[in-house]
Order: sequence, then C-alpha cells, then structure tokens
Amino acid sequence: MKTFGGNILFLDRSDINTDEIIPAKYLTEISRQALKPYLLEDLKLEGFDPASDLAGKQVIVTRDNFGCGSSREHAPWALEVNGINLVIASGFARIFRQNMFNCGMLAVELAPEQIEAIFSKFSPGPARAEADPRTGQLVISGNGKSLEFSFRLGEFDLALVQAGGWVEYADSRY
Amino acid sequence: MGQTIADKIFASHVVDRPAEGVFVLRLDAVFCHEITTPPAIVDLEARGKDRVFAPDRIKAVIDHVTPAKDSKTATQGKILRDWARRHGIKDFFDIGRNGVCHALFPEQGFVRPGYTIIMGDSHTCTHGAFGAFAAGVGTTDLEVGILKGVCAFRRPRTIRIEITGSLPAGVFAKDVILSVIGRIGVNGATDRVIEFGGPVVEAMGMEERMTLCNMAVEAGATSGICAPDMTTVKFLWPFISQQYGSPQEALEDYLRFAPDPDADYEQVIEHDVSNLSPQATYGYKPDQVKPVSELAGTPIDQVYLGSCTNGRLEDLQVAAGILAGKQIAPSVRMIVSPATPQIYAQALEQGLIATFIQAGACVTNPTCGACLGMSNGVLAEGEVCAATTNRNFNGRMGKGGMIHLVSPATAAASALAGHLANSELYQEGK
Ligand code: SF4
Repeated sequence: MKTFGGNILFLDRSDINTDEIIPAKYLTEISRQALKPYLLEDLKLEGFDPASDLAGKQVIVTRDNFGCGSSREHAPWALEVNGINLVIASGFARIFRQNMFNCGMLAVELAPEQIEAIFSKFSPGPARAEADPRTGQLVISGNGKSLEFSFRLGEFDLALVQAGGWVEYADSRY
Repeated sequence: MGQTIADKIFASHVVDRPAEGVFVLRLDAVFCHEITTPPAIVDLEARGKDRVFAPDRIKAVIDHVTPAKDSKTATQGKILRDWARRHGIKDFFDIGRNGVCHALFPEQGFVRPGYTIIMGDSHTCTHGAFGAFAAGVGTTDLEVGILKGVCAFRRPRTIRIEITGSLPAGVFAKDVILSVIGRIGVNGATDRVIEFGGPVVEAMGMEERMTLCNMAVEAGATSGICAPDMTTVKFLWPFISQQYGSPQEALEDYLRFAPDPDADYEQVIEHDVSNLSPQATYGYKPDQVKPVSELAGTPIDQVYLGSCTNGRLEDLQVAAGILAGKQIAPSVRMIVSPATPQIYAQALEQGLIATFIQAGACVTNPTCGACLGMSNGVLAEGEVCAATTNRNFNGRMGKGGMIHLVSPATAAASALAGHLANSELYQEGK
C-alpha cells in the first residue's frame, strides 16, 4: 500500500466547498491533469494565494465539512494531480469523503480539539504529516515538536484503499 | 423500533454487507449527464470494462451546457451520445428533447416510490420527493453503478423534519427549505437522510416537494425524502396505469415504503412555517439566510429564473403572474430557462413566455444555464444575481459574482424593483 504524507497546507476554515476546490468552469476538462493549475483558485480565505501556498504541499489540514457541495470527483482529482493524497479534517461532506476513498486517497477525521491542537502548534508551518492507514497512526511534526494521533478507518474504507479502489473491488465481487 | 423510509428501502435492496454499517444496494436506476459521466466512460474504457449493467435502467441527458459552447463541451456531449448509442440506451435525451436532469427524469416517469437511484450530481436528492432513496455520487461510484448496478452506502440515520402550521400567502416551498437550511446549517444533516413530513408537506404538490428535497444536500444530506401518498400516485398515474388496477391499489403497494409510526429517527425537528416570510441568502453559504425584507433594497444586476430547484411550470406561472403587464427595471437583466421542453411548451401555450418577453426578459432553451456559470448567464466581477437556484457558493455563477437564492416570486418582484424585494403576493401580518 502506498504511503500518505508530506508537507502540510493549512486551510483554517470550515465548509470549504467543491466549487472553491475546483470551479465549475473547469469541468469541461476530460483529463485529470488539465485541472492542475486551477486547484483552490476560488478559495475564500484571507491571505491565501494558490500560486505560492500550494507549492510543495502534499497534505491539507482543515476544519469541518470539507468538500461540501457538488458531487464532482474533479475535486479529489485536482488534489491528486497536485500531489496531495491526504486530507486531515474534523469532518468531511459525504460524497467528497467517499470520492477520496474510491480514488485510493486518504481522508482522516480527527476530533475538533485535535484539529485545534494541530493548528495552534504547527500552523502556518512548515510542518509535516505522515499517516499509515494500516496502523491508524498519524504523526504531525515541525518546529522541533511533534504530535501523535490515532485514527480509525472503517473496514470497508481500508478494503477499498487496499483493492486500489471501488471499481476493481466491485467488479470482482458483484 | 420501527423503520424510516430510508431503512425500508435499504432493507429491500441490500445485496451485500461488506463491513459493519456498510450496505451495498441494488440500484433501480442510474442517471447520467454530460459533465460527470464522460470521465466514467473514459475510465471504464481504459480498464477494458466498457459495459453497462442494464441499458433500460440507465437514463442519460445532455443538460449542463447545451447547445455546446465550445469544442470541449461538444466533446463531452459526443462521448455521452456515442456511449448511449453503443450500448442501446434508449432513454437518452439530446438537444431539442433535453432538459435539466432533475426536472426531466421525474417528468418522464423514471422515478418511483421505493427506488434506489444514483447520479453523478449532488442534487439527485431531488427524486426523494417520490419516496425514493436518491443520492448524488462521484464518478467512481457512478462507474460502478453503470457497470454493476450497485452502490455502497453507510446506513444513513434519518432526521425527520415535521413542517407544521400553514404557509402564508406569497411564501413558497423555496422559502421553507431556505429557512430549514438556515436553521440546521450546511453541515446539519451530513451523512443523514432528511425525511420531510407534516401537514405542510402533505398539502404540497410534487413540484413543491421536489423543490424541498432538491436542497437537502445543501444541509449536507445524502437524500431528502417525502413519504409516497395519493399526490405521488396521481402524478405517476400516466406511467403506472398499466401496472395497477386503480390508483388506490398503487398507493397500497407504495405504502410499503411509508415510515412506521414509531420509526427510529435520530432527531425530529418541528418547523412551524405559519409566520414564515419570503427568504433569501446573503453570503456564500446556503445557510446564510434572512427574510427578504431585511435585505430589501440590495441592488441586483441579474435575475435568473430556472434550474432543477425552481424551473418548473408552477415556478414560471408564479413569476409570470407577478410580471404580467409590467416591465423589469432597466438596470436589471432577467434570464428565464424553463427546465424541460414540456415545461417550455406548456409555458408557451399558457402565454407565460409572451409575458416574460414583454416584460423584457430573455428566455433560453431548457438547460442548467446560469445556475453553475458554465455556459450562459455568467456574472462579471462584483455583479449580483437574484437566482431561483440552489447554491450561492463563491464564484458559482462567475468569478467575483454574488448570488442571492430566492423563490420565483421574490425573483420576479426583484426584477421589477431592480433590487431585492418581497412580492406583492406576500403581505406581512395577513
Ligand atoms: S440546474 Fe444547477 S443544480 Fe440543478 S443540475 Fe443543473 S447545474 Fe446542477
């Protein structure tokens, strides 16, 4: 199984929606790679500049209800083609979360206090996160400090990550 | 404890339980449009799995950008069209016969009580108005739906929203759902099903119930659901009269999916609408809701009447009733997109289209249009639109634009006024 981790991009806001992650006007693209320059283009967050802030980041840490709104799988794809395959939040919108696992990406849910602890200790970075879906261990480090958390993936989510996604899993079973 | 509507539909469709709390359901229908389906088709081809589980259970439409606006959208349409032909998908709706998916498919009789439906579109929850479990999914889930006719869900807990009292004149289903979302928040029903019930819902027609269920996802819900009743049966009767001896017989069959009196709800919320006034959103989240009266005077540049939320015949009738014999404000441009060709034809017959044109509005073909700023009706930076749509996200109708979500009555009244305004249909204190 692949590993999940890297440098953290902190997005200190709840309810970041799919239109902010990838605006609808880019949904005419058939190839995933074509979405790359537009990730988080419309994000409403004081001081955020996608051009400089996204560079070299592999992980997003954010607040609640990340990915709400549209069902577009273009949202996780836009993350993936930018090298981001791990999002840590206190909550996800249902479709977005499912899309992440269906694509073999990792969505880690922590309690709001734990997210708060990460923000207060490490934001705005530089900081790193490493997550192991098998052991459920997450380590955040930076500034000479580190914090460890454990998270639980559903049996089914883990099976999807292991099978390489839902298409292969379903086609071999149903 | 008894079962909710969703519990009953889950129990009757489960084909596997691969893990605790996860249900793989058999699907009665898979709906497709030209934005999210082409990537699924291309991926299935790449995997050497270009198959469909049942051509007659797949319904497809080109609705988001139609007519195609450029080569890219033309290609999206072509991929869907070629695929539908290749697999003998008869219910494929191309230009001239196409309309907004969540208005078109119910109009065609494709939704029945107790059905399980998925689509690569978050507002698929609209179809819950018929007592179905209908959920928006991403491209990968859609792919598996197309290929195998199944989809996995965690068992959703149900929140029952009991809508009580009676709706004042000039206040509509759209105002009700905006007030509900304003109350519970954009995250208030995440991973939950919202069951809408109570006397106000029972008195609503199917169009109003669709407006209600359409926006369930704006509170995070997997699906909105209304219990099937005689109103549902009457709407469906042209499509089911061969199957049942009488409407009564159909109703008895559908009542298998009515919630038990002691159903196991996670939460029951009573929502009294007796004193509700017309509502509008004011920010970039659908739960930022205020009475229109508090926002009255807010200048607008554009009014959009259409979409899967409020582009149906009744919506056009209400708006035309307000616009009849009047002119929209010179500072405002108004765009009307009837949601389906049938609605368009009825609106023509009833003189509504003439009313819109005489009032100075532009009437487009049936399409999602301005709703998601992908084709027409895009706002310029700093412009404001009063829209009957369902989503006011930052940038949705064009970068730097602002959307106020409102009912068709408020949209029409605001078009006349040139700023947000209550319609004359609503009289405070009456
Ligand atoms: S009208 Fe708007 S919300 Fe409805 S399906 Fe079309 S784009 Fe989506």
